This record gives sequence, C-alpha cells and structure tokens, in this order.
Amino acid sequence: MTVFFDNFDLFLRGFAETAKLLVAAGALAMVLGTLIAVTRVSPVKALRVVGTTYVSLVRNTPLLMLILLTYYGMPRLGIDFGFFGNITLAMGVYTSAFIAEALRSGVNGVPLGQAEAARAIGMPFGLTMTQVVLPQAFRLVVPPLVSQLIALTKNTSLAATFGIAEATFRLNGMLRDYASERWVIFAGYAAGYIVIVAVLSSIAIYLERRWKVSR
Amino acid sequence: MKISSTRWAALAAAAVLAVSGCGNAGSDDESGKDVKAEDVSFDAGTRMAEIQEQGTVKIGVKFDQPGIGFKGATQKVPSGFDPEMGKIIASKLGLETSDIEWVETISANREPFLEAGTVDFVIASYSITDERRKIVGQAGPYYVTGQSLLVAKSDDSIKSADDLDGKKVCSVTGSTSIKTVEEKYGAKPAPFDTYSECVDQLLAGSVDAVTTDAAILLGYAAEHPDDLKVVGEPFSEERYGIGYGKDHPELCKFINDSLTAAFDDGSWKAAFDSTLGKGGGEAGTPPALDPCA
Repeated sequence: MTVFFDNFDLFLRGFAETAKLLVAAGALAMVLGTLIAVTRVSPVKALRVVGTTYVSLVRNTPLLMLILLTYYGMPRLGIDFGFFGNITLAMGVYTSAFIAEALRSGVNGVPLGQAEAARAIGMPFGLTMTQVVLPQAFRLVVPPLVSQLIALTKNTSLAATFGIAEATFRLNGMLRDYASERWVIFAGYAAGYIVIVAVLSSIAIYLERRWKVSR
Repeated sequence: MKISSTRWAALAAAAVLAVSGCGNAGSDDESGKDVKAEDVSFDAGTRMAEIQEQGTVKIGVKFDQPGIGFKGATQKVPSGFDPEMGKIIASKLGLETSDIEWVETISANREPFLEAGTVDFVIASYSITDERRKIVGQAGPYYVTGQSLLVAKSDDSIKSADDLDGKKVCSVTGSTSIKTVEEKYGAKPAPFDTYSECVDQLLAGSVDAVTTDAAILLGYAAEHPDDLKVVGEPFSEERYGIGYGKDHPELCKFINDSLTAAFDDGSWKAAFDSTLGKGGGEAGTPPALDPCA
C-alpha cells in the first residue's frame, strides 16, 4: 500500500491528465454530436446526407485508426495541434458519432405533436430544435449519453502511448518500479478509474431526478 | 490426372525443402551464426539437467530493438546482442542454436513470464534492479550501458541532460529512461509505444529529444546521419542481466560461469562486435559479475 502514498503525486498527476483529456474530448463530442444529430433530423436532404455519412464513417472506424490519422496523417498535410490537441480531436470525433446516435433516438422519442405545435406557432426549424425538441430529447437519453462518456473515460488510456502522461502511463511506470506489488498497483489504478466513472454516474442520477420533476 | 497431381506434390515438397534450406534457422547472415552445443553434464535434479533433458530451452528476447534484440518479418531467428548471448547460454546447456525457442518479451511482461515459467531465461535489455531481484533472479551483468539523448542535428539548445528542463522528451511507456529525465531533469514525458515511433516524432519536430540506452540511440543516429545526433555523456548506468526463475537459484552460478567463460574465450566480444559494435560502439572490458547469493 505504501507504493501509493510514496507516489501519490504521480498517481494524481496521471489522473489529472486523464480528467483533462476526458473533459476536452467529452465537450468536443457533445458539441459535435449534437450538431450531427440535428443534421440527421433536419428537413434539408443535403444535411441529412452529411450527417448520415459522418456517423457511418466515424462510427465504423476503430478509434486507434483515428488517432493514427491525427498523429501521422494530418501533420503531413500541415495540420498539427500538438499531442493533446490531436488526440482530443480523434477521441472527440469518435465519441461524437455515438453521442449523435443516442441523441437522435431521443429526438425520435419526443412526440411529433411537440414539433408540430412549435411549427404551428411559427417557430422555424432552429428554434423548434433548441427550444422544444432538444431539451426534451436530452433528458430522455441521459443513460446512453453517460454510457458513451464512460466508454470515453476508458478509451483515454490509449493516450498512454501517444505522448500523453496520463493515468495508464503512470500505471506502467509504477509497475516497472514496484514489480513485486503488481496487484496492489492494478487495484489502485482501477479504483482511480472507478472514481471517475462514479462521478459521471452520480451526475447522471442527479440530472435524471431533477429533470423528472420538472417534466 | 493422378500422375500429374503427384508430380505437383513432389514439386511443392521440393520447393518447400529449397526454401526452408535457404532460410535455415540462424544460418543466414541476418540472424547471426549458430553456436555449437558443448559437451556438458549437470548434477541430477538441477534445472540445468532438466533443460538439457528436455532438449529445448525457451529464451525471452526483445523483437523490436535494433542491435539489441530484433526480429524482422522475414527473420526466423531474432538478431542482436541479446539473442547472441542466448545462443551462448544454450550451448553451455549442451543445446544447439536450433533447440532454442525464442519468445518475444516486452518490458512489461518479463517478470510475469519468468514467474509463470513461460520462458526459462530473459535476455532482453533487462536492467538489474533490487526491486526486480525481489521476485525474479537476475545474473550478470553481461553488458553495462547508460542513458543518453538523441536530438535533431540542427538543435543546439540541448547539449546534455541538464538542458532538458521543460523539454518534451520521448521514450517508451513504462521504461526507466522516461522516469529519469522527468524526475531528475524536469523534462515533460512524451510516452510512445516503440522507440521507432519516438524517432518519427523527433524527425517531425513534435518532441525535442528521444532518450534511452546509448546503444539503441546510436543505431537510430546511424540510420539518419543527416537529421539526428546523440549528445552528451551517458547519465545513468544500466546493467543488463540475464533473468531466471527465482525457484531455480542454481541457475545463477551456471549463468555466471557461462558468462565468465564467454568473456575469457572471446565469444562475448565476438557477439558484441557482430551486433552493437556495428554502430560504432566498443565492447571494452567485460563487466564484473555480481556474486550469486
């Protein structure tokens, strides 16, 4: 157990980096995902085609390949945001496709009458979406959205071999230095990830409760 | 029809024989020369006697470090200083080079492989440390090297490890080198999976330096003489040892005796010269061995 107290700063630094990556990629994924979900339900055919293509392309590509693309492909074309920017982009784009699909199912779950009523009082598509449909869609899909963020949390461990000194990198380092305490170290880092997931889950529970009342 | 299919089969068999003849384990240049088995016998009940009885020995080496332990897609036998040492150890067990089963070990699975008996020996740029000696046996060292820095040829801002403060330094996830530059010299660690990825990132300008044992870096500098250089004096001491299972302590003396013999008869120096020595390194005098407990 002393392994953790002796190296607690490294442990924390690792998970701080993991959390930073999670927040950055998660935010990007939510924004991109919402935009894509809207294109997929929009009345403009061209937008629908763009949204559908994006989802089928991104969702069917392994995350590792997207990372390699941002690390080794984009820089050749002169686009390079540094290690953190590149991996955030890859993970954000990847997760956005799943967020978009979850959100689309939420939009489909909002009774059609809601959108029709909004139209009836003269709201254009943009307003109908942002004021009427999306707020209701979000609260329907809190559980699947959180599942995607949890998946993202675990996916951030891929960054350990892409120039980011996050939790899994620190895990490897401690395994190297304290080979005889392997199991304690694994358990400690697993607990670290569980804490992050627990925080995400409790946010979800809070939102579900709150939104249930206001409905 | 029957005749012709038999003929095809014969032709195919001949082709297989011809191909396997060319690529005969270890006899091609890439993988170095075979080492002849020695005529030895061991006390009954020792691990050495068991291995000799089995007629095969499993040795864990790196497959991805040029000069140290490397296995290309077309190679049947890994090449490098570590596999050469493995051949010498096998010969002292009375086994031929062809009796060796080469197992790829990466840094993270060397102890688990020894503990589980997946391999009999680990010879994989395996630095001797007290922490490791708690759970596995490590005999040697058979080679002593030190950590150094590889930088872009045009970069004059890094002349030694003291200039690393705040610089992005690439090395392999889980390596000792990346820990040293971060803790002692304040570098920002940029971990990657392999040294060649690090070198790619250095060539692209995404990191400021690559660090690991000097022997490995010299190999990459030789590959890119116009773009990369190795700078500064080595700033750590890595003592490569041979790992063995802790439940067979008699192996320690056997390994030390084998190494002493290899130091004395010149086969150690020959192994070095044909591998790491090609990059311009000097074998120097053989290191002093740690006594067995």
